[in-house]
Amino acid sequence: MWRYLIPIGLFAALVTFFYVGIDRDKQTLPSPLIGKPAPQFQLPSVDDPTKLVSNSDFAGKPYLLNVWATWCVECRHEHKTLLEIARRGEVPIVGLDWRDDRAQAQQWLQQLGNPYTATAFDDEGRVAIDWGVYGAPETFLIGADGKVLFKHISAMTPEVWERDFLPLLGRTGARTE
Amino acid sequence: MKRIASALFLMCWMQLAGAIDTAPAFSDPAMQERYSHIIHQLRCVQCRSQSIADSNVSLAADLRRQVRELMAAGKSDADIFTYMTDRYGDYVLYDPPLAPRTWLLWAAPLLLVGIGAFVAVTVIVRKSHLPVDGDAGEDHGIDPASETGET
Amino acid sequence: MIIELGHFALILALCLTLAQAFFGLIGAATRRPHWFAVTQRAVAGQFVMTACAFASLAYAFYVNDFSVLYVAQNSNSQLPTFYRFAAVWGAHEGSLLLWLLVLSIWTVAVTAFSRNQPDIMISRVLGVLGVVSVGFALFILLTSSPFERLWPAAADGRDLNPVLQDPALAIHPPILYTGYVGFSVAFAFAVAAMLEGKLDSVWARWVRPWATMAWLFLTVGIALGSWWAYYELGWGGWWFWDSVENASFMPWLIGTALIHSLAVTEKRGLFKSWTLLLAITAFSLSLLGTFLVRSGIIESVHAFASDPSRGLFILVFMGTCVGVALGLYAWRAPLFRSNVGFAVISRESFLLMNNVLLVAATFLILFGTLYPVFLDAMKLNKLSVGAPWFTVAFLIPMLPMVFMMVPGMHADWKRATFSRTKTTLLAVTAVAVLAALLLSFVAYGWHSILAFVGFVAAFAVALSALVDPVNRLRKGHSLSASVVGMSIAHFGLAIFVLGVTTVESYHIESDLSLRPGQTAQLAGYDFKMVSVRDVVGPNYDAVESEVVISRNGKQVTVLHPQKRTYRVQTSPLTEAGIDAGWGRDLFVAMGEPLGDGAWSLRLQYKPLIRCIWLGALVIALGGLVSVTDRRYRQRVTADTGAVSPAAAETL
Repeated sequence: MWRYLIPIGLFAALVTFFYVGIDRDKQTLPSPLIGKPAPQFQLPSVDDPTKLVSNSDFAGKPYLLNVWATWCVECRHEHKTLLEIARRGEVPIVGLDWRDDRAQAQQWLQQLGNPYTATAFDDEGRVAIDWGVYGAPETFLIGADGKVLFKHISAMTPEVWERDFLPLLGRTGARTE
Repeated sequence: MKRIASALFLMCWMQLAGAIDTAPAFSDPAMQERYSHIIHQLRCVQCRSQSIADSNVSLAADLRRQVRELMAAGKSDADIFTYMTDRYGDYVLYDPPLAPRTWLLWAAPLLLVGIGAFVAVTVIVRKSHLPVDGDAGEDHGIDPASETGET
Repeated sequence: MIIELGHFALILALCLTLAQAFFGLIGAATRRPHWFAVTQRAVAGQFVMTACAFASLAYAFYVNDFSVLYVAQNSNSQLPTFYRFAAVWGAHEGSLLLWLLVLSIWTVAVTAFSRNQPDIMISRVLGVLGVVSVGFALFILLTSSPFERLWPAAADGRDLNPVLQDPALAIHPPILYTGYVGFSVAFAFAVAAMLEGKLDSVWARWVRPWATMAWLFLTVGIALGSWWAYYELGWGGWWFWDSVENASFMPWLIGTALIHSLAVTEKRGLFKSWTLLLAITAFSLSLLGTFLVRSGIIESVHAFASDPSRGLFILVFMGTCVGVALGLYAWRAPLFRSNVGFAVISRESFLLMNNVLLVAATFLILFGTLYPVFLDAMKLNKLSVGAPWFTVAFLIPMLPMVFMMVPGMHADWKRATFSRTKTTLLAVTAVAVLAALLLSFVAYGWHSILAFVGFVAAFAVALSALVDPVNRLRKGHSLSASVVGMSIAHFGLAIFVLGVTTVESYHIESDLSLRPGQTAQLAGYDFKMVSVRDVVGPNYDAVESEVVISRNGKQVTVLHPQKRTYRVQTSPLTEAGIDAGWGRDLFVAMGEPLGDGAWSLRLQYKPLIRCIWLGALVIALGGLVSVTDRRYRQRVTADTGAVSPAAAETL
């Protein structure tokens, strides 16, 4: 009569599966770029359209790429943290202004402060697609060898910086003072 | 994190009005057909439950533009899908890829129907060897089944 | 004040349902007849209290009391009155209160319509329903109370989601819940039978109308949702295999299997433990659906704001209810084995195949819905399973089932010979193939083998469903409600299959830009955009365009699609212009302004799409007719086992 136990057995498996699954974070998509060379880009700078910003400017040393926009509410929340990271000078931050209005972006940086060593203006969103961006803000950590080490989605906080980014920076062995 | 999720979610819910392309269609109807097929196979990564054909958010519009440009550059369907999965992972494909970890998904329909058929045949054969008439347990004199097809 | 009274009423309802559960179950177990009377009083009381709680919330919406958090989140002073009432169930907390109210109404119905049945059985049924009610009442009171206050009160509310401000969608939840929750009655009867240790054909006769009623409400609820999605979401789709849709469809499939299995149990006393299992599963899937859309485990456009702690509560509740029921099943099922059989070709074996295929389809949908969760939990790549997979996975078991219906409807019990119906069935098949060929080649033009197969199936089932009633009428026999109901329901399915086959094979759509004065062509129709102007609605502003559709120079209709912006939530919404017709729908939706007065438009031609919902309604009608059969109103008890002579002729 063991076959009458099949339904409850299956059900128990299902419930266990759900129990495990409730807490998982289903918003974050893992990035397929991790461990691969960072996508190359060359875009006009947000301050001066004649100047160009490109990966090659930062090759050989680790850097952060922060995707932001003036229409993004969470970007405003993380701005303070970015300013703090920039102030400490541990790693340069490159901004990628995603599908934004140039004048508003410049005003934003003036009013709130500019944590970025350079900011690229991606008004058509092509570079963002290359980086697999699907929602601002996102922050990438690129190692000295040019490979993408980590991607963080949503606002940057000091906790995330210390927990996720610093250990990876230590491993690459490059910390500018 | 939850705030951003609910903001995105609300934005997507609103965009359910559907995506209507503002760019001109391909002049070649076969290309247009192929384009339509491809964009219905790609998931809008921002609005998870819709394809980029049906979502109106800026990312979907950008991705549609990307598909058009890749097609115009002569890329095959496979190339275009690889382009997308290289950047967003397998999640972006509406139809799960045929890979070792998804073989179960693709085999499931025939497997389940096969199992069902096996079970059904087993039961039917067993039951066909039992007497057709007789006391079926606690049948309290209910009108024995008439020959007509009544339920 | 009213809200606090409502809150208190709900607490009282909880106490009463506790009493209902206790007296109902213990009273039956210890054979105390007077506790049955207490149970019935408790049922009446909890219904009144739940209704009061619900009414208090409705009142708060009606008077725009924005000091109530739930009202502030889901309503607005500019919201039309009808939608203010519908907003009561517009979000998680309120919809749960609706669930509880619907459950209490079903419970009252059980007390009202069970005069013919033994008290012990009904006492147990009410007890089980009480346990379920307790669970939901606790869930609301502990984690999801709509009675929270907001201090200081909001000046105005956040408005009801514009997508929900629609008549069809307003009544979709109540009807859907009537179906979902209604399966709890069949569940309760199953648990009662297992506790009693007795299950016979008479039990099946009692349960059938309850299962059928729940099932037909679910049919209408799902059809309403599909119809709404079609005209509201702006792009002409009618089913997306979205997780929440699947969550409502799975109980429906099992419900269909259940009502067919009950037929076998009633008629021949077979499939007893299988029927029990189906009754348990149908309600479990209802609970599972609740879990899936409210726990955050699955992402979906339908999902309510998700919260893992709520998810945990439902999971524990579901685990307990279903776990206990399945445990009872493992214990009692061996009791119900029968030693009677049937031939390889017989009505029983056809119904067995029907059940197997329906269950396979359900498992597949469940599997597809949960597979991404499964992969993600195993830390494998995140992927998604969408409509293309589901469509194929669903057709594989269902297409054979539909074809098997054609002879299956006419198979005799015990041993099917088809002696009388063989020629008719062959004729039916021939006519179906002919009609399919006509439709494929003459009417619409050849599309694919699948479309042809779909047409054959639709016509074959439709004709087959008519054979029996027509034969009987010709011979002068009387037609019982259950025979008529069955034929109507099967005929409805044929209409549905016809609609789906036609629209999915032959629909045409086109995205283009038009300027006022320009005309476009689609499917032989001319679409002329006459003008574009601004309009003001009660709580929205819109841009409306007037589109005149004509064919061969004669005007067919004038449509007014709109692009609305709701003032409070400032989100855009497209109201498509639809010219509905039994033969086809013409569909115009506005996209974006392209500058220079031009707009992007989507035009669609949807042949026979109305048949999809018509078919569903006819199916539900068939169910309703079969429930009115005289035999359900007769006095038959398990104790006497006697059946009044009149019953011997009906069926």
